[in-house]
Amino acid sequence: MGTIQPKVAEPADEISLVHAAKAGDISAFEELVKRYDRNVFRIAQHITQNREDAEDVVQDAFLKAYQNLANFQEQSKFYTWLVRIAVNEALMRLRRRRPERMVSLDEDIKTEEDSMPREVADWAPNPEQLYTQGELKEILGKTIQGLPPSFRTVFVLRDVEGLSTEETADALDLSIPAVKSRLLRARLQLRERLSKYFKNRTGGDGKK
Amino acid sequence: MTCSDFLKELTDYLDDSMDAQTRAELEDHLQWCHNCYVVCNTTKMTIEIYRDSHLYELPDDLRGRLRGAILAKCQSHGCKSEPATAPVQSDTSHPNK
Repeated sequence: MGTIQPKVAEPADEISLVHAAKAGDISAFEELVKRYDRNVFRIAQHITQNREDAEDVVQDAFLKAYQNLANFQEQSKFYTWLVRIAVNEALMRLRRRRPERMVSLDEDIKTEEDSMPREVADWAPNPEQLYTQGELKEILGKTIQGLPPSFRTVFVLRDVEGLSTEETADALDLSIPAVKSRLLRARLQLRERLSKYFKNRTGGDGKK
Repeated sequence: MTCSDFLKELTDYLDDSMDAQTRAELEDHLQWCHNCYVVCNTTKMTIEIYRDSHLYELPDDLRGRLRGAILAKCQSHGCKSEPATAPVQSDTSHPNK
């Protein structure tokens, strides 16, 4: 069975852009914005689950990055540093919106769903054949929304954005075992929930 | 190897970050355990479907508006020329913590 391959590579000219932006070249910073605004928006919306909050996070994260470029010591990739800022902005928004619920990346949630998988039917036909793109997006959005914020944050960085385990740990200030543990549980919980939609059903069309 | 042992290694297996011997043991388990085979296959599909879904894409018009707002704010607020004394935005520590 094949493995999942990472998809992100750092462009070679990135460090020149960072240096130019540090020296006050706003067009170099604009290039960095163009390069990463889609990623920051996606991460922000996965965490906040709210479009307006995600828009605010994009603006605030880039502004904060710009204002603090002098503090970026280039020990990590610029993107990892930017993600770290964006995740914190997103979590702050989430806390503001849900003050009644503690939102933390440090929590090590154990839920009933963490136990052994219950759905063991294969997925057939492919979900893409079973649902339209719009229906599929709705299912995927609803499903990931049900995960605890700490799980969906690790999942989006690692599996959607393609950061390495080490980069994810660095961006979230978590240990590598903590990232791996949350990632496993996030993947298994999503799989379990998606199985309700995608599992092979003999004699039916597979739709709810 | 039990199914529980297999599950513990599933993330490293899918990410191809394990030694050859452990990998061979897991693949041996997959040969005869249908449930683990299905869990492994559908977990891999879960990752791929989210990765390829284009969920939460930034529309072009919104993208243009956001970029304009970001640059306007950067120009009006300016860039701090000296590192802040508090290491909140250094890449060696975590911001806002």
